[in-house]
Amino acid sequence: MPETTKAPAPLARLGGAVRWDTAVGALLVVLLICSFSFVENFGNALNVSFLIGNTLPIALIALPMTMLVVSGEIDLSVGSTAGLSGAVMGALWNGGMAIETIIPICLLLGALCGLVNGLLVTRLGLPSLAVTIGTLAAYRGIAQIVLGADSVTDFPQQYLDFGAGRIDGTFIPYAAIPFAVLLLIAVLVLHATPVGRSLFAVGASEEAARFAGVRVRRLKLAMFVTTGLISSLTGVFWALHYASARYDNATGLELSVIAGVLLGGIDFDGGKGTLGGAIAGVFLLGAGQNVMSLLNVSAQSQIVVTGVLLVISVLAPRIGRQVSQARARRRSADKAPAALAAS
Amino acid sequence: MTVTADTPQQIAADEPTASRRFLDRVLKLRALAVLAVLLVMLAATQIYNSEFLSQQGVKDLLLNATILVLVAVGQAMVVITRNVDLSVGSVLGISAFAAGTYLHGGGNPLLAVLIAVGLGVLFGLLNGLLVSLGQVPALVVTLGTLYIIRGIDSIWVGSRQITANDLPASFVDFGHDGLSVIPYLALLTLAVLVAAGYYLRSYRGGRDLYALGSSPEAARLAGVPVRKRILTAYVVCGALAGLAGALYLARFGNVDSGTGNGYELTVVSAVVVGGVAFTGGSGTVYGAALGALLLTSINSVLPSIGVSSVWVLAIDGVLLLLAIAVDRIVALRVAGVLRKRAAQMRSAHHA
Repeated sequence: MPETTKAPAPLARLGGAVRWDTAVGALLVVLLICSFSFVENFGNALNVSFLIGNTLPIALIALPMTMLVVSGEIDLSVGSTAGLSGAVMGALWNGGMAIETIIPICLLLGALCGLVNGLLVTRLGLPSLAVTIGTLAAYRGIAQIVLGADSVTDFPQQYLDFGAGRIDGTFIPYAAIPFAVLLLIAVLVLHATPVGRSLFAVGASEEAARFAGVRVRRLKLAMFVTTGLISSLTGVFWALHYASARYDNATGLELSVIAGVLLGGIDFDGGKGTLGGAIAGVFLLGAGQNVMSLLNVSAQSQIVVTGVLLVISVLAPRIGRQVSQARARRRSADKAPAALAAS
Repeated sequence: MTVTADTPQQIAADEPTASRRFLDRVLKLRALAVLAVLLVMLAATQIYNSEFLSQQGVKDLLLNATILVLVAVGQAMVVITRNVDLSVGSVLGISAFAAGTYLHGGGNPLLAVLIAVGLGVLFGLLNGLLVSLGQVPALVVTLGTLYIIRGIDSIWVGSRQITANDLPASFVDFGHDGLSVIPYLALLTLAVLVAAGYYLRSYRGGRDLYALGSSPEAARLAGVPVRKRILTAYVVCGALAGLAGALYLARFGNVDSGTGNGYELTVVSAVVVGGVAFTGGSGTVYGAALGALLLTSINSVLPSIGVSSVWVLAIDGVLLLLAIAVDRIVALRVAGVLRKRAAQMRSAHHA
């Protein structure tokens, strides 16, 4: 599209210069500044730590999800994987196992869940959407079989403190520190390594990537396993953060993750987007919900707002693209008769 | 010399019909397999628990299936075009409540059903317009409308609920009674199913849906009115979800803000288990209906053989995975067989 790059109209130039993810980041900053200044109780350390703590599960899963969506796949089973690892954690704890052995087992289980997804997608060539809708039901069902209607709450206090507490005198939850490390690793992997470039290449054109020597199936399998692993980590964190392991923990989490990632400008067709944008999108949704709660907007209205944002976030870039394409076409049509007249 | 010159064309002309017939046979086999699983399961349950297929048992089985079958038929039409509608659960919930509120105010039952269907059409139109005009992925758009419609429903309903006492007796009776063992609801659903099946099989609009799903680009170039057809599929899907809402109200007589929550996954499972491929362009509404019947029957079978209901969800999920995996393996085998056959024919002609 060489025509669109040299758009002379000021609005189009602005549209070209401001990328979607930058815009979302800026919107997040504006929202935070406005909320700090005008919304009562938003700025105190307790509320900010709540905001971060409640958004962390979504942000955690958004890391591998961004990479998956960039490579043209999706995983809808993340909420169920998190629920399953929480349920297994509760069941094993009830069985009297030490928490130091339980957590690695849960993480291994999550990686296994991801492996099943990945094998079905890469070995059998099934669409990831259909596969992960199936495992969404299957993993949640297994969680229900494992734990039934019980809820396990009596985890060791120091672990619960880590899940729910914040660093003394600040608004930063303990769990935000490992998240920051993971975020750094993910950003480096996606944007500064051959693996990340391969993911973008696969998402843009799988065929071309294969001919360029990318091991597409192995790469995708690794991404699914990572997604499963991080999902189970989130499940463990969820159970500790809310001090409750139940089979229906993190139900519907996949929708929040996908909403945030898409809002952050990750193209659903693959091959486009930045991790910073995705995380900004996730925190924009989280902060928006927090502010709405403080302003006594009902939870139901928040659902509507989330939905509208989701639709706009996919509709707006496409409409913008269509408008700029139409304008470019008109311009080249204008130029053609002029060129003819000149010759 | 003339013979060898003719053969390549002849092969090219013969091959599509041969492969088509072969594929048709496999797909019919697929529907038969679902039917066989269903019948074996019902027979085994009957042997285990002789109360299972009593008159009331059969009636319950059919009643449980009707609502899912209706929504699955609409969903199948959308999935055939290589799209998906995740908002059906929310549409079902809100139209059920709308019909209930209207009846609670002393309305006419027939008009209540029409209101539910009309509301479904409206939301189908919204989805269809967003997908066809905005050209955005259906999954994302309908995920958004799932949220939006559910949110509007929750705001409107609040903590209220409609119970059977709020409804006219004739409406509730319609939801329970029938001609001997066959409930009225099942007859209505059967009529819708046959009409949809006939439309997809014998009308240009129906064939176009398959063409769209097989290759959107080719369909567009062949002159299929892409936007109009996608819009039609979504409107039908919405309308059937609305109708299902009205029937849900008649059947259960109990509607609140959570009605139909998470239903989209069951519907999509039913459609896929019934052999409607997610990649579009294949499957029938009859298959989708069989898939729905199978899933709801499992829900009835498990309690009557003494298995706890906590197993239902896991079994549904595994069944969906099995269905798509088996489909894929069969498709790969078929492709292999066809290739081998074509190669044999070619070498035979050359010899």
